[in-house]
Amino acid sequence: MTEPDVVPARTPAEGGSTPILEVTNLTKYFPVKSSGLVRRTIGQVQAVDGVSFSVKRGSSLGLVGESGCGKSTTGRLITRLYDPTSGSMKFDGREISTLSNKQMLPLRSEIQMIFQDPYSSLNPRHTVGTIVGTPLRVHKMVPEKQVLKRVQELLEVVGLNPEHYNRYPNEFSGGQRQRIGIARALALQPKLLVADEPVSALDVSIQAQVVNLLQDVQKQFDIAFLFIAHDLAVVRHFCPEVAVMYLGKVVEIADRETLYARPHHPYTQALLSAVPDVKQAAVGGRRERIRLEGDVPSPINPPSGCRFRTRCWMAQEICARQEPPLLQIGKSHKVACHFAGEFGSMPTSPITLNALGVDGKGEPIAGASTSVEDFQKPGYADTWTDVASHQAASASMVGEGGIGAGMTDEQRGEGGQRR
Amino acid sequence: MTQTSTTTADTGAGNAPYLVVDDLTVRFPTADGLVQAVSNLSYTLEQGRTLGIVGESGSGKSVSSMAVMGLHDYKRTQMSGSIRVGGKEIVGLSNDKMKEIRGADVAMIFQDPLTSLHPFYSIGAQISEAYRAHNDVSKSAARTKAIEMLDRVGIPQARSRVDDFPHQFSGGMRQRAMIAMSLVNDPKLLIADEPTTALDVTVQAQILDLLQDLQRDFNSAIIIITHDLGVVAEMADEVLVMYGGRCVEHGPTKELLTHPEMPYTWGLLSSVPDVDSDTSARLIPIPGNPPSLLDPPAGCAFNPRCAHKDKVPGDLCATELPELLPGARGAGHLKRCHLANPDQIYEREVLPEIPLDLTPATDDADTIAPENRD
Repeated sequence: MTEPDVVPARTPAEGGSTPILEVTNLTKYFPVKSSGLVRRTIGQVQAVDGVSFSVKRGSSLGLVGESGCGKSTTGRLITRLYDPTSGSMKFDGREISTLSNKQMLPLRSEIQMIFQDPYSSLNPRHTVGTIVGTPLRVHKMVPEKQVLKRVQELLEVVGLNPEHYNRYPNEFSGGQRQRIGIARALALQPKLLVADEPVSALDVSIQAQVVNLLQDVQKQFDIAFLFIAHDLAVVRHFCPEVAVMYLGKVVEIADRETLYARPHHPYTQALLSAVPDVKQAAVGGRRERIRLEGDVPSPINPPSGCRFRTRCWMAQEICARQEPPLLQIGKSHKVACHFAGEFGSMPTSPITLNALGVDGKGEPIAGASTSVEDFQKPGYADTWTDVASHQAASASMVGEGGIGAGMTDEQRGEGGQRR
Repeated sequence: MTQTSTTTADTGAGNAPYLVVDDLTVRFPTADGLVQAVSNLSYTLEQGRTLGIVGESGSGKSVSSMAVMGLHDYKRTQMSGSIRVGGKEIVGLSNDKMKEIRGADVAMIFQDPLTSLHPFYSIGAQISEAYRAHNDVSKSAARTKAIEMLDRVGIPQARSRVDDFPHQFSGGMRQRAMIAMSLVNDPKLLIADEPTTALDVTVQAQILDLLQDLQRDFNSAIIIITHDLGVVAEMADEVLVMYGGRCVEHGPTKELLTHPEMPYTWGLLSSVPDVDSDTSARLIPIPGNPPSLLDPPAGCAFNPRCAHKDKVPGDLCATELPELLPGARGAGHLKRCHLANPDQIYEREVLPEIPLDLTPATDDADTIAPENRD
């Protein structure tokens, strides 16, 4: 570590508990095959590329991002529905990324999943009793004779009539079906639930019912949640900690108060400013927002350096050369941006040069030491460097190269202002 | 066809409403019985204005708008009431006559652009077809028009993308292509049925911007159907809340969302979290499920889910359907509810528990942002 200005404040140990899930540098590439007889691999979809985070026991981490950012793939990697390309996943202290299917079997009961679409995730030819009872039978949780009793208990927990165990999914509404999916996930008393868009297919008035139910079961059974959703308001309501993903990478991760009140990554700022606001009715007209140009680039051939640079109003030369590391800039706040800062007062010179050991053009400086591994650690360190200190330390490293082309106000754009 | 423009009186404004829906009722006979999809719906919309229709699935919001497009099969649908577009009666119009209006005067943007675009035809061909159906022009002229429209809705390099197929476009670009197609004939009324539900928030913002820009340029009337109150708050001049096939509340956006008078609207407002609401507060869901339209509840359709029905004497909610009448806050704000003092109940009981802070802003906010009016 070469960080000169370490803020000495220490965080109290986080309740003394180890995280239930620690993901380090998780990567999933899907091969793209050529057409023809010999199907050679001609490229790779970099769906998840070096993601690190941790989920505390009984707590929730929210994963937000736009479609195609890799949040669902991450969820499926953790449940081992996909095999990771590389990286480590420690569940309850145990490495699960390399386990074979057979070794994985006993662990499957501890990591369960709730799916987005309650219409396609329940077998229409099975009764509710069979659907919820199957995990109990497979894992021999209870003797065969008690399966029905347990199923009825579970149905009661999720707010369904226990007498309805012999009905078929088509006899239930969307919200009720989602409750069946939740009962099935709860059957094995998991320690971690991966909820992939659990409410986005439901009507507004039903969404609140299901969100409340999830909060109740979390409290009752002390289950940790990885909550994947694109609805920023629901994620904020449910998760004390939130990670924002863009094109396979975590660009910002923080506790919800920090992330929603003081986002430091331009993408998080744009995302938050785009949420339509009911309160705008009192003012009339549209809210000012940050307008992003263009579409998300293809994950087969992502942009060099920072993946967001093609749509970023702050982007400079260094953004194309160097990938910004996920720097910890607060007690529980990490951000991956060369120009991280609060909206309206973002720094004009990169803050990451010191951490990366490069000069203002993004060329490595001989002799400068870096600590890349540190940026891939899940969770938060007890010590961190704030943005101002990073910037001061980096300013000395700009060197004769300067900071690429100086950025004018015009290039920066007028953007929007969050209220 | 009588082309006289009727009913200009009800708004009092100088310009006649472009769309008049009067006492519209739509019923579908099915094997299970008669589905009462829309009952006694009335509203008007002037050019250059935006109406937001809010409701859950099965509340009749899409069915009523498809009636305006004349998309229901007259043989299998029982429709009564009247829909007048630019003074022309649509209910009962023959399909050939309807074809002249549909796509030219009235256009629709559908929710899912992937299923609404034909996968075998190029984007350009589909837009040209819509143009040539109403304009007698050559294929090359129509193609030029298609490129112009794609460019207008912000597709980069429209000239080279015009021959692409729908699968080669991203979700946001497909929705833009849909909008280009619906605007190719400069429609005076645009119906957007959940135009952004399938899209990400940043793309949603782009599409909403686009709709507003186009409204400014063409002075079209827009009906935006959504379940997202945030979208309505930012886009619509007026809001119509539907429940169980009926309009339950109708009024100017600011008025309705700051002083809602119907318990269902309260429920909608209290069940969605907000990006800056208190996170420790619990969401207050509306209990129960939306009603079946085969056998709607007697009285007020919302009464089985309503938390305030005990405040109405004599079990009136379960026996008598409330009329859609102006509330205490003026003639522009209609509500279908028996509650005598909704404003008091809302302020005392609902507002303190609502997760979002909807306290009305000071009155100087009345200066509406310029993009809202021309």
